[in-house]
Amino acid sequence: MIQTNILEYLEKTVKEVPDKTAYTDGKHGLTFAEVFHYSRAIGSYLSREGFYREPIVIYMKKSPEVVAAFYGTVYGRCFYVPFDEEMPEYRVSLILETLKPRLMICDAYTEKKLIKIGFSGRCLRFEDAVKTEIQDGKLAEIREASMDTDPIYIVFTSGSTGVPKGVAACHRSVLDYVENLSRVLGFNRETVFGNQSPLYFDACLKELYPTMMFGATTYLIPRSLFMFPVKLVEYLNENQINTVCWVVSAFTMISSMGTFDKVVPKYLHTVAFGSEVFPIKQFNLWRQALPGAQFTNLYGPTECTGMSCYYRVNREFGEDDMIPIGRPFKNTEILLLNDEDQPAEEGETGEICIRGTCVTLGYYRNPEKTKEVFVQNPLNDCYPELIYRTGDIGRYNEFGELVFVSRKDHQIKHMGHRIELGEIEVHVNQMAGIRMACCVYDKEREKIVLFYVGDAEGKDIIKELKEKLPRYMIPNLVEKIEEMPLTANGKINRMELKDRCANL
Amino acid sequence: MNELLDMLSDLHEDVDFESCDTLIDDGILDSFDIVTLITQIKDEFDVTIPADEIVPENFNSAEAIWNLIHRLDEE
Repeated sequence: MIQTNILEYLEKTVKEVPDKTAYTDGKHGLTFAEVFHYSRAIGSYLSREGFYREPIVIYMKKSPEVVAAFYGTVYGRCFYVPFDEEMPEYRVSLILETLKPRLMICDAYTEKKLIKIGFSGRCLRFEDAVKTEIQDGKLAEIREASMDTDPIYIVFTSGSTGVPKGVAACHRSVLDYVENLSRVLGFNRETVFGNQSPLYFDACLKELYPTMMFGATTYLIPRSLFMFPVKLVEYLNENQINTVCWVVSAFTMISSMGTFDKVVPKYLHTVAFGSEVFPIKQFNLWRQALPGAQFTNLYGPTECTGMSCYYRVNREFGEDDMIPIGRPFKNTEILLLNDEDQPAEEGETGEICIRGTCVTLGYYRNPEKTKEVFVQNPLNDCYPELIYRTGDIGRYNEFGELVFVSRKDHQIKHMGHRIELGEIEVHVNQMAGIRMACCVYDKEREKIVLFYVGDAEGKDIIKELKEKLPRYMIPNLVEKIEEMPLTANGKINRMELKDRCANL
Repeated sequence: MNELLDMLSDLHEDVDFESCDTLIDDGILDSFDIVTLITQIKDEFDVTIPADEIVPENFNSAEAIWNLIHRLDEE
């Protein structure tokens, strides 16, 4: 029978390796049997209390328990919405307005925050939820009724209007993704993942689901280690971590500090990186340090479940070369569309559009934004077929591999985070003492630079922004200017501002 | 020392770096800040901080960072 529910992986694996550690931070972990038990207890709680086919917010510090809370939500045929525990209260309340959740699963730390925000729904502590008596009959009934088009999760991503957008993905898309990603990267039961990405992004799907599919193990690496390269590599070695899928800045942090002179992550054989340009000088340091490892570049938007394209590094790259994003996963197609919505000619640039089962359900309670980018395939006038327009511009190189060229809009990638510069600007423009504001990204130095006209002090702007935006969206440089440079047709001249960054 | 304090203030204008001695413990500095600092220290003071000196103890306060720069400069 065709698999229709992501939890079937867990149910198969728990029979084979119940006592193996599934998820751990290195000190504290959960076995597959524990994950299985906890998640069914949470599913039973949801069913008993009448939560069904609705969003359940998981607002907890990063830990193995969070993963059990995710699966528990799916057992109850609800969908989990992971929250960043460090997210400013203002942003939490914005997202709550969209979601209108009736239940949040929290821990001691986040429970206090919720009281401050004045959340009107129910708060459930994880440790209480897992005490629920398991109702096998009820869980079987729920499973019988469930469908592979049911959403599993919603993850929130930056929105240019100032309101974050929630991307909802279903079982079918996640199954498709996990199967194809695992095939490309060669995961198996011996895989030991070192997870870097926060659990509130889709990036963590790469580790969480293959772990339950194969009976592998995931180490949730403490975030603070990503500041201390030698300690980080020692952690990888102590735990014999052999597979990592990280943001580029995590890799360059290690290689650029001369870490490999002291210590090398000797068990690593599978290295995947994604969604950002890997500076070739740093990349080559990694290849020299790990000559036997397989390196893979991954590319894909949250709106298409995770990663959609891959390139397995199979040649040398010089310092001026770009590592391609390669080719789509099986069961996914890339359409490169030019300005006329026709397939781009050879060598011509076009917008990267994606079709396939990986295309997610769209933005939760946001039909306007959904309609803008989840659109009818312009090459198909015979039946309804949605594609996702990424807004990324690409072209094919001489090897027929897809290469990322630029963005159509003001979305950037900064330290692995996807950010709409417009979202920062909306908040600055609302402040007292600001007449005009514009953010640009200084790619060379990896800094978000805010230019503004007004009487406000840079220090105060930052202070206020920290109450509204996650830390990674806070401008790294603030520059007060007398007048905003404008283009001939009266728009802010971003090119001019970018040029000015060089002199700051 | 003032040069270093300026550098730190550029990263977080709202932190009192003269008194704070929990820059790492309280998560005030993140990995982006550490990378930026190390690059700037190299540019401004001509001091390269080797990987095995990039540990929490050396970055918890402005004073600790300053001592590290001095120690490495003398070596």
